[in-house]
Amino acid sequence: MRYLKNVVTLQLNESVCIGCGRCVEVCPHAVFHIHHRRAVIVDRDACMECGACARNCPVDAVSVIAGVGCVTGLLNRALGRKGDCCCTEDSCC
Amino acid sequence: MNSDKCCCKQSADCGGSSQHVRTLTPDWGVSDFLGMIRVRLGCGRMSYGMEPGLYAMGSPTPESPVLATANYKLTVDVLRRELGDRDLWLLVLDTANVNVWCAAGKGLFGTAELTRQIEATRLAQHVTRRRVILPQLGAPGVAAHKVKSQTGFHVVYGPVRAKDIPEFLDNGQDATPEMRRVTFPLGERLALTPIELRQQFRAALILVLALGLTPVIWRGWDQGLWNHGLRGAMAGVACWLAGCLLGPALLPWLPGRAFWVKGAFLGAALAAGLALTGVVQGLLPGLGAMLWLGAGVSFLLMNFTGCSTFTSLSGVKREMKAIPAQIAAGTMGLVLWSTGWWL
Repeated sequence: MRYLKNVVTLQLNESVCIGCGRCVEVCPHAVFHIHHRRAVIVDRDACMECGACARNCPVDAVSVIAGVGCVTGLLNRALGRKGDCCCTEDSCC
Repeated sequence: MNSDKCCCKQSADCGGSSQHVRTLTPDWGVSDFLGMIRVRLGCGRMSYGMEPGLYAMGSPTPESPVLATANYKLTVDVLRRELGDRDLWLLVLDTANVNVWCAAGKGLFGTAELTRQIEATRLAQHVTRRRVILPQLGAPGVAAHKVKSQTGFHVVYGPVRAKDIPEFLDNGQDATPEMRRVTFPLGERLALTPIELRQQFRAALILVLALGLTPVIWRGWDQGLWNHGLRGAMAGVACWLAGCLLGPALLPWLPGRAFWVKGAFLGAALAAGLALTGVVQGLLPGLGAMLWLGAGVSFLLMNFTGCSTFTSLSGVKREMKAIPAQIAAGTMGLVLWSTGWWL
């Protein structure tokens, strides 16, 4: 399954990259490859903005505005209600 | 399931390298199964936790691998079941009873908590190799290089799924590209639907009651309730089931990339189905059903982005621009639907 095109905030500064390969290791959607000892973005639209690559890049070559893409959470925040996302909601029957 | 074998109440009381290690076995008891069913239904999820700390599976030696995980009990249960009879250490982090993926997104499964547990459990005294295996989906919260500089422990990211861990360990702790990829197969999508159904239950009930009872005003109890009302209630239930169960199940096959588009198609198809089976009668109510079911299922399925494993925050924000259109279509649809009551 593929999500929307040309929407993610992922950025890679290839000139800073040291080719350690952590981004390739942590990405759950194979967005990165190592090419000539540098990371390259090979499938940008597959990015789900989880932020694992940016968090684990030792030289801050990767940046992304990470967050949980959850309509319930975003609506709750917009309406000033608590409950940041469905994954923490717990109203027992 | 787990016996609390411990030498003392607090690790600080112990000397040497044997402080506060509990044991875990791979076997599930009845309470583990019942607990899983309960939390899958969304009940008591936030209190379904385990005591954080260091656990021994089998008879681990100082050479045995260390696996870190979250203290959501279902996470630990699945992990110990998949690990079977292997000898290893489990470092359970305090993630406030939230699973690895969600906890990493919130920073609960993070660099600070991992380094804290490594120090609190005196992990370095239990093992010779300063190496800890993390689930790959914990990576959004953990900076491996910072853990290394703060504790001396090297972080290895293991596979996404617990079932791949035995093969990963046998392969010299090397994950294949397939083990690193997140998928979203039918079984996983369906496992999330009971919570969706429950979360939207109240809204669905209000809709069903409104559509079921309002026609009484114009048509009286007999015609209003048992003819128009019953058909409205059926359409309301269909909307709820389509948005929370059928949509997630059919996700890869619904047209479009945006979830609101997929939902709109499904809702419109549902309206057509209800017209063909005679649940919806007449041109204007039929058009109305197309609009309000399209809008309703579109909104419900858009909510499923929060459960999916491939949608991005930026993408979801863009999708939410459809909300005004959904409200307009829903309102217009319900007005057209109501013409069946008073025209």
